[in-house]
Amino acid sequence: MRVALFVTCVNDAVYPATGIATVKLLERLGVDVAFPAGQTCCGQPQYNTGYRRESEPLVRRMARVFAGYDHIVTPSGSCAAMIRDTYPRIARRAAAEGRGTELTEAAETLVPRVYELTEFLVDVLGVSDVGAYFPHTVTYHPSCHGLRLLGLGDRPRRLLAAVKGLDLRELPRAEECCGFGGTFALKNPDVSAAMGADKVRDATSTGADVLCGADNSCLMHIGGILHRQDAPMRALHIAEILLSTEAEPHP
Amino acid sequence: MSGTFIGMPAFPRAARAAVHDATLRGNLRHATHTIRGKRAQAVAELADWQQLRDAGKQIKDHTLRHLDRYLEQLERSVTAAGGTVHWAADAEEANRIVAGLVKATGESEVVKVKSMATQETGLNEALAAEGIHAYETDLAELIVQLGDDRPSHILVPAIHRNRAEIRDIFRERMGRWGRAAPQDLTDEPADLAEAARLHLREKFLRAKVGISGANFMVAETGTLVVFESEGNGRMCLTLPETLISVVGIEKTIPTWRDLEVFLQTLPRSSTAERMNPYTSTWTGTTDGDGPRSFHLVLLDNGRTDALADDVGRQALRCIRCSACLNVCPVYERAGGHAYGSVYPGPIGAILTPQLRGTTSEIDASLPYASSLCGACYEVCPVAIDIPEVLVHLREKVASQGGHLWEKAAMKAAALAMDHPAAMAAGERIASRTRALHPKRPPGAGAWTDSRDLPDLPAEPFRDWWKKNRT
Ligand code: SF4
Repeated sequence: MRVALFVTCVNDAVYPATGIATVKLLERLGVDVAFPAGQTCCGQPQYNTGYRRESEPLVRRMARVFAGYDHIVTPSGSCAAMIRDTYPRIARRAAAEGRGTELTEAAETLVPRVYELTEFLVDVLGVSDVGAYFPHTVTYHPSCHGLRLLGLGDRPRRLLAAVKGLDLRELPRAEECCGFGGTFALKNPDVSAAMGADKVRDATSTGADVLCGADNSCLMHIGGILHRQDAPMRALHIAEILLSTEAEPHP
Repeated sequence: MSGTFIGMPAFPRAARAAVHDATLRGNLRHATHTIRGKRAQAVAELADWQQLRDAGKQIKDHTLRHLDRYLEQLERSVTAAGGTVHWAADAEEANRIVAGLVKATGESEVVKVKSMATQETGLNEALAAEGIHAYETDLAELIVQLGDDRPSHILVPAIHRNRAEIRDIFRERMGRWGRAAPQDLTDEPADLAEAARLHLREKFLRAKVGISGANFMVAETGTLVVFESEGNGRMCLTLPETLISVVGIEKTIPTWRDLEVFLQTLPRSSTAERMNPYTSTWTGTTDGDGPRSFHLVLLDNGRTDALADDVGRQALRCIRCSACLNVCPVYERAGGHAYGSVYPGPIGAILTPQLRGTTSEIDASLPYASSLCGACYEVCPVAIDIPEVLVHLREKVASQGGHLWEKAAMKAAALAMDHPAAMAAGERIASRTRALHPKRPPGAGAWTDSRDLPDLPAEPFRDWWKKNRT
């Protein structure tokens, strides 16, 4: 089984710990992980801001870079959704505009092989107990794209529930958007911040000391508010929690 | 009544005021969360909801694809039933037609049942300019009209008002428009409703002309359909001698049977009821029962332009249930007025820029008034992929040239990302110089007003990989 990691641009540049945790976790579960160095970004920022044509070269690049791997795993729900849900749309538009089927083929080769991390663990590896230990109270924010576009369902929660020492707290209004939304956070800062503040209020109401998610973009936004408020809660990617063990606990 | 939206600030600025208005946010949060929960329950009762949703989508898509044909059929059916059909290309023409029809009756007062189409055209103002007084009879519309306000929700136009505010409006303003509210009026819902009932009853019994919209128009029979909760609409539709209905052309459905789907999905999606309290249908005119003359004004006002857009046209499937507003986290914070249109919330963000174009500042900002969370698409009973249309409209706005710096930045980023070595070098430089980065960098104001940025790591992932795994 040839498994490639798609680390995403945000993880690469800002949250390498998530990428490292993903690699180590998969290796602990017996997976041989490759990191194709030619990867960059899925094109989500361009596409969602209205620059569809600018995202097309990235569709091509992704298909080229990840050719030959059985599975492509990414610790980011929204990037996985970008490929699975949006690449076919980009391809359809290109075809409709008379620019051939090249992107359709690129999308078709990628879509069935792309997995968000928790999906890969549960669906492909068939595990929900990854042998982790994390003695903290944790609440889980599902993130819109993982929730609605990927349909991750209770997979992340199942993984967390199996972590030894972890006390999982239900997040009220979990399905509500945290207000990040890519460039939305910059274009509509007041609404975005208000949504984030409400998310933080709901999260702190659980009494948890960690807010966990599967998307570092959302966590950057929520974590940024927590940090500004000097809140005792911190935001942490699920990969880092799942990597934590009794022998090597999360720092 | 509806006020004009000219000079409306762009969405982010209009939203800022709402975000910081604690009363408004409280009102909206309470109202949307209550209805949200109820809708979910009402929908969960139907095992075939997804099929109904799909059927609604199919019926609407089919009709829109053959709209020319169905509109002609509708015209024939309405005419055969004794009604008269008028075609209005834009708001101005629609208002002129209606004003002419009212004047021909010699009346200077009309009663109205809530109609979004006439809000869209600004009919009340146009009639006022001709010396004709239009009275809104929907309770929420009445509150908006008396308060010199603008509607802020499709279904509950006064959602931004709480009971105490409504009581004050009734006490202060009702007298100027007709029967006054009692001075000791309380803010109990029953008392407020009673004051409105007495006030409106007077108007219904006096009015010779009624103006309505419609939720559906059945092409095969020429029947118009209105769903409502209060019964005021039914009074408006049946008591006056002349009835004028102004309806967007996209409200057409082919057959009476098609109603079956929407009779189930609309009430559950909008008011979370299994069945709405009043469903009125009327077909032309009948001797001795209801209005003696009936006029249908078919409104285009940008709809055929929307129809020509193969991604955007799905917005015309909308049955105005308002479910998307009630689940929208942006609407909940920004309020309906920030959208600068009679169509607020997610549907407004995609419909308004299509009907009006994207040349004005507010219209160009609407496609960005969403975090693309997808909650609206999930609840929409006719499966309008609102996020898809939003992104599609962003593309239109972005190509207009108003966002040149952004386009340059996006192009540069895409270029760098197509050259991994360049991107990696950039990341490395950022990492190495991270001690020099200010916590609140200039230009990132919008972000750092309320959030901190994360510290940059000592090395990007790709460097870790190179050192540890190759
Ligand atoms: S877009 Fe869909 S959910 Fe929103 S008002 Fe229209 S029909 Fe209802």
